[in-house]
Amino acid sequence: MWRIIVNRLAFGVAIVLLITIVVFGLSRAAGDPRNIYLDEYATPEAWDAWGERMGLDKPLYVQYGVWLWDTLRGDFGESLYYDVPSIRLVRERVPNTLQLGGVAFGVAILIGVPLGVVSAVQRGSIVDYAVRGFALLGQSVPVFWIGIMMILVFSATLGWLPSSRNEGWNHFIMPAIALGWLPAAGLMRITRGAMLNILDSEYIKLARAKGVTAGKIVWVHGFRNAIIPPLTVAALIFAAFLTGTVVVETVFAWPGVGRLAVQSIKNNDFPVLSAIVILFSSFYIILNLIVDLLYALFDPRIRLD
Amino acid sequence: MTIEATYVPSPLDDTLPRNPVLRALRIGWSWLRRYPVIPFAVLVLMIVCAVFAEQLSPHDPLRGNLRAAFTPPIFMDGGTWEYPLGTDHQGRDILSRAIHGARVSTIISTAVILAGGIGGTVIGLVAGYRGGWVDQIAMRAVDFTLAMPFLLVALVVVVVFGQSLELIIVLLILFGWDNFARVVRAETLTLRESDYVSYARIQGASQARILFRHILPGVVGSVLVIGSLRVGSLILTESTLSFLGVGVPPDTPAWGIMTADGRQHLSRAWWISTMPGIAIFLVVMGFNFLGDWLRDWFDPRLRQLRVH
Repeated sequence: MWRIIVNRLAFGVAIVLLITIVVFGLSRAAGDPRNIYLDEYATPEAWDAWGERMGLDKPLYVQYGVWLWDTLRGDFGESLYYDVPSIRLVRERVPNTLQLGGVAFGVAILIGVPLGVVSAVQRGSIVDYAVRGFALLGQSVPVFWIGIMMILVFSATLGWLPSSRNEGWNHFIMPAIALGWLPAAGLMRITRGAMLNILDSEYIKLARAKGVTAGKIVWVHGFRNAIIPPLTVAALIFAAFLTGTVVVETVFAWPGVGRLAVQSIKNNDFPVLSAIVILFSSFYIILNLIVDLLYALFDPRIRLD
Repeated sequence: MTIEATYVPSPLDDTLPRNPVLRALRIGWSWLRRYPVIPFAVLVLMIVCAVFAEQLSPHDPLRGNLRAAFTPPIFMDGGTWEYPLGTDHQGRDILSRAIHGARVSTIISTAVILAGGIGGTVIGLVAGYRGGWVDQIAMRAVDFTLAMPFLLVALVVVVVFGQSLELIIVLLILFGWDNFARVVRAETLTLRESDYVSYARIQGASQARILFRHILPGVVGSVLVIGSLRVGSLILTESTLSFLGVGVPPDTPAWGIMTADGRQHLSRAWWISTMPGIAIFLVVMGFNFLGDWLRDWFDPRLRQLRVH
């Protein structure tokens, strides 16, 4: 177990370092990095001072060291558009993103897993087809389009739900569904497949023969073993969330980190964007790390390998 | 020796629903699964649109007629055959733009699938056959590619280099080979140990010959399956990037950009955003079905593959 933990941790650190190298490389690939770190109002003194501090006259690996040290302390440079430290802009928006992500995660699990079980138990029924159609739709329709269509129907036409910002519980409904649909579809398919396999196994037949009630067979004997396969797709689900957050926040004008990323592209605000990319990627990698370890914890075949 | 045909009761016989409507639907469904009519129709339609975009489009996709701006589609009051799917805020014909959008999506997905598929397959073959440090490096590279958050990396790259079709293709290739490499490697590991490969080796066949004449044919099925399942997610990714304004350049008639264009005019002209989304939906669903069908055709063991 310890070897796995150390292994995965080392891998996580390596990935984060690789991402910092990519971001650093890109900041230097565009010529003088001052063109993207300082705006056109920078005085010549500030220009020289920045070059001095970042060691622009020194070799690249020294520059990378200076830059990485700043980055590790949370200094990503000043936003060119808002003239405040980038990290502060990001920090202000993190709560909104986490709230939306949390609610959407709940939606995905509460819809995806039970529907997957029901669909497997009632295989071939109308419910099964409806659930699979729902999943197929979620995997074939772009997230941004789902969001826009919901706004069109429920805000613009019916006027039932607000289409933007975060000002109360009803502002969460549409963004959370838009964000949770694709992960719910993935979870549903995996849970359904796992349940189908398990319901077909010998020990379930034995439980049936012993006269265990149907509900207990499904939810106690079957479901407990059907939990592990969804964990294997957790990484893909996090990836869907990562992309989805950026898209959904843009569609619903949600004041979160994803929308800030898209805005900073429009504003050519490299410091803010680099802060978001590095922090978001690290968060994503930590989540994946936790899932890997949970997976090892649950499955003795991996733990003891 | 003769082989007698005996009736083996299919498990399907019991699972067919009693309700006649459901029964018909189920039979129709299994027929559609056996013969991929709809996916092929979608695929052909998309390729025809992509190749003959100029000839098929009734209007110039880039030039609008401001006097005809916000014309509704044909089935609504005020719609005309001149613009069957309506026009956008600049009076550009949505049908013509959607047809040209098929070209953009086809170019991107063909380039990425070909390069990523061929590259990933070769890497997987070599890694699986050679083993050792080659394999180690290849699999580490796969792990790194999988763990990298694609969209975030794409955002920084685009903000530094600016938007272009070529850049998007390169980015998608860099993140689109790993799946092929992983599966091909796993299958190569099994095939390498098989008797016919050993015979080829004993006969003195060169490594390249063993790889490409003896092992490659055995993995082609999986490569095709992964490829067709990838196309759907590629089109989704490309349209998402374009929607966010980091995909193809803003004046390109791409489906994601068209959807974004209509956002400001939702209450006045819902069709601007709706039509390109329907195009994306049909194409992606078509490819997902095609992939499922190919998978069942070649190898039911790959059943767990599609999770996006």
